[in-house]
Amino acid sequence: MLGVRALAMHEMSIAEALIRIVESEMAAHGLRTVRRIKVRHGELSTMVPEALDFAFQAMTVNTALEGAVLEYEKVPLTMSCSACGTSFSPEIPELLCTPCPSCGEELGHKVLTGKELNIEYIKGDT
Amino acid sequence: MSKTIPVIRNILEANDRLAEQLRTIFAENRLLALNLMSSPGAGKTALLERTLTDLRETLRMAVIEGDLQTNNDALRVAATGAQAVQINTEGGCHLDGSMILEAVKQIDLAGLDVLFIENVGNLVCPAEFDLGEAAKVTLLSVTEGDDKPEKYPLMFAESRVLLLNKIDLLPYVDFSLEKAAGFARALNPEIIVFPVSCRTGEGLQPWYDWLCEAVRTRQGA
Repeated sequence: MLGVRALAMHEMSIAEALIRIVESEMAAHGLRTVRRIKVRHGELSTMVPEALDFAFQAMTVNTALEGAVLEYEKVPLTMSCSACGTSFSPEIPELLCTPCPSCGEELGHKVLTGKELNIEYIKGDT
Repeated sequence: MSKTIPVIRNILEANDRLAEQLRTIFAENRLLALNLMSSPGAGKTALLERTLTDLRETLRMAVIEGDLQTNNDALRVAATGAQAVQINTEGGCHLDGSMILEAVKQIDLAGLDVLFIENVGNLVCPAEFDLGEAAKVTLLSVTEGDDKPEKYPLMFAESRVLLLNKIDLLPYVDFSLEKAAGFARALNPEIIVFPVSCRTGEGLQPWYDWLCEAVRTRQGA
């Protein structure tokens, strides 16, 4: 049987990708250590901050990133109405099918924000 | 000196780049790649066994099998005669672009019409990892509850096709096909819903028709 073996957990993959980005930014900006990393995650993203913290801590032992704090900001779900185009945020934070406040249409709204998984900034010392 | 560096980078950008590479590979081979997702036990492998067998004379198909530990599913798929590559995630909950790139190297893509990527059974994070597929296909079985689209909105919002499997069990469960399809369409008005039973074969023909049509569109015929 042909096969590929890989080791991954959802937040482990995210931590790995995040560490790679932070390392490249450190090199580009001459940072020796990192104290804080701001992460923005959308309401619809399935990332669990506690799991990312755990993976990040486990993967940064004895590196320049050890001890850095991940700071989280949740990006609310906003949608534009499928019928009239009004932009709105649902009252229940993650509910995609919800009446448009302007025309009442419930279905098929387009997601404007809420799928993000971004780094916003890195704080560290040169 | 303390410094704040504005970054604004998508954390999964590396995966998205790999997905673009895969998309190019699939396009060059005029290949329809489908990312097949569901919770564990919904019937992804059964659907593949059926499809690979019933369309054996019509389409040339291969499978990348994502699995936590075993190669049971890949063996089932290989028994139909199709090329199958196993990806063992060793507990990992989803497939990502790098795994698919590795797996694709082991498949003879020339002359293939369809590449099925059977994701790890999980309704949550597989939806977040682009694998370069042309479309996501989600399976939901009637034993799971018709409110699943509402509970896992991202997966259903991103899927082109929803197969409602195990309809032979409908008399024994409180599952409304209309309700499940309604929830899914509310999230995604364009989603195509096929109620099927991979055990009895009921309802599979419209899925086969969709698949053949999608291949024709892909190959520009």
